[in-house]
Amino acid sequence: MVRMTTTAALELVQLTKMYGGVTAVDAINLRIPAGSYCCLLGPSGCGKTSTLRMVAGHESVTSGDILVGPKNVTDLPPADRSTAMMFQSYALFPHLSVIDNVGFALKMKGVAKAVRHAEARKLLELVDMQPYAARLPGQLSGGQQQRVALARALITSPQILLLDEPLSALDPFLRLRMRAELKKLQRELGLTFIHVTHGQDEAMALADIVVLMNGGRIEQQGSPRDIFNHPRTEFTAKFIGGHNVIAVGGETFAVRVDRLMLKRPSEAVAGPSVAGTISEVEYQGTYVRVVIAIEGGPEISAQVTETEFDAANYAVGERVLATWDPAQASLLKSTSSAIVRSPEKAA
Amino acid sequence: MTQDRKTFVAWLQAAPMMLVFALFFLLPLLFVTIVSAWDYNEYEMIPAFSLRGYTDTFEGCIADLPNLCTILKTYLNTLKLCLLTWGLTLLIGFTVAYFLAFHVRSKTWQIVLTLLCTIPFWTSNVIRMIAWIPLLGRNGLVNRGLEGAGLIKQPLEWLLFSEFSVVLALVHLFTFFMVVPIFNSMIRIDKRLIEAAYDAGASGWQTLVNVIIPLTKPGIVIGSIFVITIVMGDFVTIGVMGGQQIASAGKIIESRLNALQFPAAAANAVILLGVTILIISALTRIVDIRKEL
Repeated sequence: MVRMTTTAALELVQLTKMYGGVTAVDAINLRIPAGSYCCLLGPSGCGKTSTLRMVAGHESVTSGDILVGPKNVTDLPPADRSTAMMFQSYALFPHLSVIDNVGFALKMKGVAKAVRHAEARKLLELVDMQPYAARLPGQLSGGQQQRVALARALITSPQILLLDEPLSALDPFLRLRMRAELKKLQRELGLTFIHVTHGQDEAMALADIVVLMNGGRIEQQGSPRDIFNHPRTEFTAKFIGGHNVIAVGGETFAVRVDRLMLKRPSEAVAGPSVAGTISEVEYQGTYVRVVIAIEGGPEISAQVTETEFDAANYAVGERVLATWDPAQASLLKSTSSAIVRSPEKAA
Repeated sequence: MTQDRKTFVAWLQAAPMMLVFALFFLLPLLFVTIVSAWDYNEYEMIPAFSLRGYTDTFEGCIADLPNLCTILKTYLNTLKLCLLTWGLTLLIGFTVAYFLAFHVRSKTWQIVLTLLCTIPFWTSNVIRMIAWIPLLGRNGLVNRGLEGAGLIKQPLEWLLFSEFSVVLALVHLFTFFMVVPIFNSMIRIDKRLIEAAYDAGASGWQTLVNVIIPLTKPGIVIGSIFVITIVMGDFVTIGVMGGQQIASAGKIIESRLNALQFPAAAANAVILLGVTILIISALTRIVDIRKEL
């Protein structure tokens, strides 16, 4: 069943949040088109949650504006913003049954019990939770609680749904399943979803637009593919994973681990290269991870296919050259001369 | 360790408490119940089965109908004092706990303010009661003040040695027993639930009624049990603040004891226990407090 919904774009203009003297969100500008799935991504303390809470109306705005569609909602209470929030660990009311949790917002509006229960049932059907209507939240699994929280957030027919780390309370297996369900639901409803997460894999899998934040500012924004293939700063390259940050000739490049090619010192190398010693070889099934210690610098890693690896038969302790196609490397704005290895979670 | 041994150790660990409980609570209770069924005359009790303690207590209750006999009047009056005290301690206790839990943001201030509430407990109950007398008496501070302000011509008689002063003292003494369990329930409420209610468009009042009060129920019931059991059995406060003029369930027991009519006193104690248990079981019927413990 697909409900009739309307959706709206979200626009943040010079949005700033200060706590005492500390700036949590630093004059960010952002436009998210209606009906898109946007992930606010970043490490803890980067300002992503403060931003979401300001959009939701649970955090006052120090300066700047929040626009939902054409409407400036900066000073409106949460319920008048056409937004709804799904809280981290769901914040379901423990004393209310599933159906009363879902119908809560309607009860607050004074809607009669029969009407709000009928409406709540429709939403429970949408998230496939109708058989559990009479249960208490404590009797549900994490995934089921998430679905109920979704239904509760959707009952006010919001134009923008705000999700605060919706998957962090789930175990890894369930996280993948609920991730797919979120995406499917967003596609079906056509709503704007703003999803806060610190997991770059989650953002990659879900988002139409990834907004990577750092230190209260937007570090880079774009489609997941755009960000992954064209990181503009060292922070982005490291946070998004799967990249080596390599300094060559005073400039720093980000090179994807699977675009790094290994050559023996005797072989001819056309493009830029760095020399090092193989310090580790890890078999990963679909690929082989080769770690190379650069002279006078830290380690970088290359992802080599099994076939390639078998053909070359590299061994630990062997000297190699790591090279790449300059067209496939991204020049980084950061002037850092350090050679930094990409995070381990890169895959 | 084998299962048997584990069970044995567990019982051993519980033994000291069980012993204290048995010696100082169950055993005396058993004695009281036994003595309540003994016979007595003007100066001694006679260890022979008799329900005289009970029949004397309810003497004339059926004959006097439709008028109420002394014991029923006394119990009704005690219940009235109990209900008034309960209502007021609940209202004040809930408000204080709400303030501490939701308006005081820092943990340190919460602790400081809670400790502040305990300061009256540094002095004895009786002193805290007696302290009201110079305030409420005929020539007390309140009457003098009101007279001075020209609000009254004659001192207010009902300020002291009245039901008013009894309820005032009881509320003063026992509100804290309401604050602590309610506060304890309130600080366990996930603050995100309040935000979730706000997000769903609930007003402050709606959040209070639909979220905070239901989740605070266990604390309310525990506080109510404290206050109700204390007030139902109280005779000191009612005696001192009521000028020894107000009858109460506890007062009956005291006067029977003073008259050395132990079986009658014991019978009254058993009746009071029964009434109190009835009230409490009705309360726990409403809320399952085991969740809280």
